[in-house]
Amino acid sequence: MSNPKGSVLVVGGGISGVQAALDLADSGFYVHLVEKSPAIGGAMSQLDKTFPTNDCSACILSPKLVEAGRHLNINLLTLSEVLDLEGEPGSFKVRVRQNPRYVDPEKCIACGTCAQKCPKKVPNEFDFGLGTRKAIYLRYPQAVPLKYSIDERACIYLKKPGRCGFCKKVCPTGAINFDDRPKEFTLEVGSVILALGFRPFDPKDLEFTGYGRLKNVVTSMEFERLLSPSGPCMGHMERPSDKKEPKRIAWLQCVGSRDINKACHGYCSSVCCMYAIKQAVIAREHSKSGDIEASIFFMDMRTHGKGFEAYYNRAEKEGIRFLRARVHTVLKGRDENLIVRYVEDDGIPKEKEFDLVVLSIGLETDPSVISLSKRLGIELDADNFIKTSSFSPVSTNRDGIFVCGAFSEPKDIPQSVMEASAAASCAQERLWPSRWTETKKKSFPPERDVYAEPPRIGVFVCSCGINIAGVIDVKEVTEYAKTLPGVVFAQNNLFTCSQDTINQMAQTIKEKGLNRVVVASCTPRTHEPLFQETLREAGINKFLFEMANIRDQDSWVHQDDPEAATQKAKDLVRMAVSKVRGDEPLPYNFVPVKKRALVIGAGVAGMVASLSLADQGFPVTLIERKDRLGGHGRKFYRTWQGNPMQDYLKGLIETVTSHENIDVRFKTTLKAVSGSVGQFKSELSDGSLVEHGVAIVAIGAESFKPREGKWNFLYGKNPNVHTLLELDQRFIKKDPGLLGLNQAVFIHCVGSRVPERPYCSRVCCTHAIDQALKLKELNPDMDIFMLYRDIRTYGKREHIYEEARAKGIVFIRYDLDNLPKVREKDGRMIVEVRDPIIDEEVILHPDLLILASAVRPRDDVGELSKLFKCAMTEEGFLLEAHMKLRPVDFATDGVFLAGLCHYPKPVEETIAQAKAAASRAAIVLSRDEVPAESITAAVNPMKCTGCALCTQVCPYHAVNIDENTGKAVVDTALCKGCGACVAGCRSDAITLKNLGNEQIMAAVEAALEE
Amino acid sequence: MEEKREESWQPKIIAFLCNWCSYAGADLAGVSRYQYPPSIRIVRVPCSGRVSPNMILDALRSGADGVLVSGCHPGDCHYISGNFYARRRFALFKRFLEFIGIEPDRVNFTWISASEGEQFAQVAREVTERVKRLGPARKLVKEIEPCPQ
Repeated sequence: MSNPKGSVLVVGGGISGVQAALDLADSGFYVHLVEKSPAIGGAMSQLDKTFPTNDCSACILSPKLVEAGRHLNINLLTLSEVLDLEGEPGSFKVRVRQNPRYVDPEKCIACGTCAQKCPKKVPNEFDFGLGTRKAIYLRYPQAVPLKYSIDERACIYLKKPGRCGFCKKVCPTGAINFDDRPKEFTLEVGSVILALGFRPFDPKDLEFTGYGRLKNVVTSMEFERLLSPSGPCMGHMERPSDKKEPKRIAWLQCVGSRDINKACHGYCSSVCCMYAIKQAVIAREHSKSGDIEASIFFMDMRTHGKGFEAYYNRAEKEGIRFLRARVHTVLKGRDENLIVRYVEDDGIPKEKEFDLVVLSIGLETDPSVISLSKRLGIELDADNFIKTSSFSPVSTNRDGIFVCGAFSEPKDIPQSVMEASAAASCAQERLWPSRWTETKKKSFPPERDVYAEPPRIGVFVCSCGINIAGVIDVKEVTEYAKTLPGVVFAQNNLFTCSQDTINQMAQTIKEKGLNRVVVASCTPRTHEPLFQETLREAGINKFLFEMANIRDQDSWVHQDDPEAATQKAKDLVRMAVSKVRGDEPLPYNFVPVKKRALVIGAGVAGMVASLSLADQGFPVTLIERKDRLGGHGRKFYRTWQGNPMQDYLKGLIETVTSHENIDVRFKTTLKAVSGSVGQFKSELSDGSLVEHGVAIVAIGAESFKPREGKWNFLYGKNPNVHTLLELDQRFIKKDPGLLGLNQAVFIHCVGSRVPERPYCSRVCCTHAIDQALKLKELNPDMDIFMLYRDIRTYGKREHIYEEARAKGIVFIRYDLDNLPKVREKDGRMIVEVRDPIIDEEVILHPDLLILASAVRPRDDVGELSKLFKCAMTEEGFLLEAHMKLRPVDFATDGVFLAGLCHYPKPVEETIAQAKAAASRAAIVLSRDEVPAESITAAVNPMKCTGCALCTQVCPYHAVNIDENTGKAVVDTALCKGCGACVAGCRSDAITLKNLGNEQIMAAVEAALEE
Repeated sequence: MEEKREESWQPKIIAFLCNWCSYAGADLAGVSRYQYPPSIRIVRVPCSGRVSPNMILDALRSGADGVLVSGCHPGDCHYISGNFYARRRFALFKRFLEFIGIEPDRVNFTWISASEGEQFAQVAREVTERVKRLGPARKLVKEIEPCPQ
């Protein structure tokens, strides 16, 4: 076969699609990102906050979207859809249709004048119809690309040419193009990633909820918009009927999930329990009075992810009420209030009045996605999610086409992001020979040395159409700029960021011999990179640049006071000029990359990650403290989908040990690590030294063995008491002792969700139920009892819970105040437990007692975390860089994690995370050098007293005291330029390049000059 | 000095905003067109932890009537822990200001996230109002009489 294509098609611009695109584009592939709406961002952009960190969703998402939007190697195709596909892995031909935007994105500056003038209002689908938008609109304020588009179904002109057309008249750049037409084209790619997401379940057919009939019954997605500061009520939380703040709010769980009766969705949507708790917590924060009464009606509380259980506990402590009840009716009360009727354990019907009812709706696949899957020949399961297997969690039935995110199963954001990287890794495993063959590379002319020159500053004042010039007298500001010391040139432009002005700016820099540039326009957060690139094109260092934000922070916020706004603009320009005068050219720092990965731990996670990198052509050193490969996988019988683990493991071990790129070291541990991303040097216990560019930590976890204490339950005393993995080993050995049993009892949550280990172990509910089913296979007449607290068979795993109940397995709930009692009498085990439904003591006589014991972190995690300077959670698991969007990265660059050392997880998630870690690692390994921060701290050794305060405040351990000189030294490869050390230094000995005290104060003093 | 206290007097307030949250919040105030008094001069810093008490004193010395420092919410710091350093530093610094006779209301510390545009406008209004009530700050400004020629 000839070389594969070096480009990939990603379908779907939600968070998973964007992550997959970024991973691939950053590691040498050209990416076409197809999104059907006018902007990327997906469902995450509609959320207010995200659990369990309460991070603002838009804030953490926007930087990723902007990065994808600006990426040289991502071809963003919005308003586009895939028509069909032919070819084979390595060379697919995909036909795509791009629908008309009617606005030229090259010309649109997103000033919003068009939308202001547009007379046509329609319900805003971004707010689920709670608010309105115009026919010409931005999908949301931070949309990427930040370009307006015309909704052809609503536009007056498009329906009747000749009428309206106001937008075309007022657009200052002439961007409106009513003649825009759909375009069809064919893309040739090596691989395809489907990240088609989900759509929220529509509860209008669930009569009992009152949705659609009662005004104050909203879905959880609608409630997100009501909470969001950019939503229809600006984050003031108003209920639809009377715009008053609701005081009593109820959440009804499992609307459209775990319901085979009305909703036809037997699966669990995985995320609703957590988002309901989050919404309750945030609603209380939002409320002006703070006296929100929040009640959550649930069946099982499923807080099975990292940090979720603690979040649940905290919410309960803060007074959020959790009622274990399924609501059967929502009725209309006085003043559009709502009466909720429900039954709790005691069986007595109750009623409660609420001001607002939120339906925790589930996730389902969009019908248009189902038909697309059919066109592409992708197999779906009975729930219309993509069919995947435990051992290839991101592969579809069609070779070379991968899947990530909620399209394969309902899942939360971190899991989607992990899968996105995993899918990227799978694509790379095949396409790696064509890395960097289709990517574009920007080149710049050599830079002029301006170090010795006196400042020659050019000031470009932007009118931004009328956005700035409508309020500020830009001519006056331009004239004023010319009078400032060091300024040799000043000019006013209509749109400084337009392509022609940019070209002209580069020309001016060369012609006038400028060596510093100030642009007075919008915000540096969006436009600084563009102008800095212009400086580089003109042959001067990009750090000799400042922006004065006279739009977002001036003309837009002082619209009624043009005089003061003009004065402020002058002040801002003066500040920028004072600052830029002191700016120095800074080096573009790079670190050469040692092309080898060190993987620590050879369980499933470590082996999968190693193999993925090795298959991409990178050498790997895999170290294992024991004398065999496989880790906990060796004790594991089968996955919940019924795939036998030992067969898989055997194949994996064979491939790993025989792979030419993998150097396996048994009985080896890590002793010391130095260096940073691209250039680590690690000392191993066998005395050897490994140089590697990246490291992947996959050291696994332990299972909790309840040898004593209240969770003992005769464990270690009676031979028929096992942990889950011990029973699995009997299954593996086909132990004949398991035949002919009469009764088995499983006790769930042994050592999990308790004060000592306040987290859910995630895997045990599913594992235990699958084992119960296996026992039933062996002994069909056997009685099996599951003693549980909440059954957490999230996602598609709910189906085996359903199956277990159908097969007569009995589930009895217990709580921490009423633990089951286990004793022995005449060699027989007796288990006593109180059944809360029948309110009676139940006495059981099992032949087999299985304890679903906790997964606990390894005791030596701390030593390893110190070596790589990575953080740990309170429970002792390793802590990723960001719980939501960087689930496999550590805060330390170049170090990644996978598997149980991160958090308990089933094997399919472990494999996905391991592949994700490989994808993230490949971003570094695919390059010859990696960029390092340019704005770093620098020490003046003459002033440094060696007090070492800077070493303590530095969050990155980038400052150290040199043993020989006794002075502080900065490792610029580690420094991120936060400046904590500068502010902390007692002797003014440490400074931040171009952001030193003098320079910041120069701007401050300039601001205060009269 | 008295006439400066009139309604029309606008104080000059230096705002040190962190690049990742509060500066973005100030941008969002603009995007959403929330209006606030033109008294604030924003200085972009990488992190609220970059701001030292000296910089605030220097600002007051150079003639600022008030100072605002704003960073990311606790736990959201782009640089892991910078906003905690800032918080600790300014809790102490406020007491020091009182000790040297500067009204603590002149120096304000707050958290504003990138999504809190309205919050930023609100803080700008409140801080302006607070400083306005105190009048111009002259305590730290060295006023040198021009040399008689």
